[in-house]
Amino acid sequence: MALEVPPELEKEIDERITHYPVSKRSAVLPVLHALQHHFRFINEESIEWAAAKLELEPIKVLEVVSFYPGIRQKAPGKYHIRVCRTLSCAMAGSYDLMDSICEKAGIDRSGVTHHDPVALSEDGKFSVEFAECLASCGTGPVCMVEDDFHEAVTDVDALLSQYK
Amino acid sequence: MSQVKYIAGKEPHANESRVVFKNVDREDWDQSIETYIKDGGYEQQQKAFKMEPGDITEEVKKAGLRGRGGAGFPAGMKWSFLPPNNDKPVYLICNADESEPGTFKDRYIIHQDPHQLIEGMAISCFAVGAKLAYIYIREEFPEGAKILETAIDEAHEKGFLGKDILGTGFDLEIYVHRGAGAYICGEETGLIESLEGKRPYPRIKPPYFPAAMGLYLCPTIVNNVETLCHVKHIIGSGGEAWSKTGTPNNTGTRILCVSGDVQKPGYFEVQVGKVTLGEVINDMCGGLKKGRKLKAVIPGGSSAKVLSADETFKVGRGDDEQEITIWDIPMDFDTLAACGSMAGSGGVIIMDDSRSMSWVINNLNNFYAHESCGQCTPCREGSLWMKKISDRVVAGKAAPSDIDQLDAVARNIDGRTICAFGEAASWPTESFVEKFRDELVADTNPELEEAFVNAESLTAAANLK
Repeated sequence: MALEVPPELEKEIDERITHYPVSKRSAVLPVLHALQHHFRFINEESIEWAAAKLELEPIKVLEVVSFYPGIRQKAPGKYHIRVCRTLSCAMAGSYDLMDSICEKAGIDRSGVTHHDPVALSEDGKFSVEFAECLASCGTGPVCMVEDDFHEAVTDVDALLSQYK
Repeated sequence: MSQVKYIAGKEPHANESRVVFKNVDREDWDQSIETYIKDGGYEQQQKAFKMEPGDITEEVKKAGLRGRGGAGFPAGMKWSFLPPNNDKPVYLICNADESEPGTFKDRYIIHQDPHQLIEGMAISCFAVGAKLAYIYIREEFPEGAKILETAIDEAHEKGFLGKDILGTGFDLEIYVHRGAGAYICGEETGLIESLEGKRPYPRIKPPYFPAAMGLYLCPTIVNNVETLCHVKHIIGSGGEAWSKTGTPNNTGTRILCVSGDVQKPGYFEVQVGKVTLGEVINDMCGGLKKGRKLKAVIPGGSSAKVLSADETFKVGRGDDEQEITIWDIPMDFDTLAACGSMAGSGGVIIMDDSRSMSWVINNLNNFYAHESCGQCTPCREGSLWMKKISDRVVAGKAAPSDIDQLDAVARNIDGRTICAFGEAASWPTESFVEKFRDELVADTNPELEEAFVNAESLTAAANLK
């Protein structure tokens, strides 16, 4: 099934591609970011669409998709949460934070693996993932909910209640 | 200039010398170009654009500016590696992939003072003759990317970017390029591959510097955010004057990012080498947590070798040689190198005596195993082995000989890879095993009294996934 890309999204993507006058291939990540932002994750149709757009073999897009942790190949929850796992945040309690988010959002992380790092709540409202260093080590533990950044998170109820 | 006022509660410490961070947490400050211009913004660009490009590079060399991203390589020298009589386009890339654990300085520059970076980039592009530049920003800074794009649009409108800038005939476009969550993109050749739309596999050296062959196989300069910001200030004060701050061969100011077990973690811009680690911990960060003793410090981002609170260090040469404790280490490039570690990216992680070193090294090994790009066998396999062995240690399921194994694996990565990630991944393990061997060995037998691994840490280990 061909991907249905809304005209305004395609326009945005076409504009992004102009930022790379030397090589269209450079626009792989920007195109994937735009598609992921709209469709929530990158599936085979998205890969083929991006490849056609950039005049590349789909494998050239797939190798990028399968490398970067920031590109998801599975649908996340309505609100995707990334908790920083690395040293300073871990010292500040990021594992407890993750446990608490999972408990309150009803998420079972027991099945996550390196290649399938996202766990979803039963109602599909939240998904969680450990991220490596989010570069705010002085204010740990930190997390991102979608594009929102949250520092020194102690009150998980208050955090989750912002997202309806 | 009028006195700069800061937001109440966020004033810089008295030991700070704010240059790049002058506008961070400043009262009545915002990211708009109007605010920036009102404060003298883009004046240095106007000054620089009247200079000969080669003279700008000379000023940067005179200043002795060393790269603030990790390696501490002299920026002016990096620029002068551009091939002479070059007829290919030259590119400049700002490395805003800030992802070295313990480092959080670029975030504040980008979020609160984006025009400083753009002005520094414009001057640098003019110096090296780059008409196309990219800011490679990590994907986890979505707001930062938006702020930078708005700032670029504003600079365009005012004629500081675009065609025929300030009537000089010089054209420059800067674009923001977002990464996608991979630490390896901070390695400059990996970054370039990523920007070319490929997997970010670092390139084989030589050529050692992208200045010889970089983006699209053309001469390319890659500099860190903080480094590029300093270029603006070097033009402002002149290289000679700028080099008077800091200490010889370790000139200027730099931002230290302190995290971990201190009362007040945070960022501090100090003259390089003018404050000691003890002053950072006790004066600037309010000391250790109550009743705690210092155990270890990672002084320059997670890849820097750990320093133990119990060791002493020989610094200085000849008659100047002296033995100092961890508290007296001046925070500069050369002394930290003499202490067997590095100033790296300025990320200082403090650990007190409540911390299990097995747990800490396991956390870092998990990071490096996750972030190895997989191109070189020693690193791809070795980083995962180190993770698995240290997973066993914190789970209380390791044998004492596993600690030697851990060290042996690390030493078989170090020096055997295409890029410095190999060292970055193995130095933590090598140094933790060297300095905390007894504790790690004791942890292989949780029954022992010396063992740090206990019921609590075993639960934490069970959650490690």
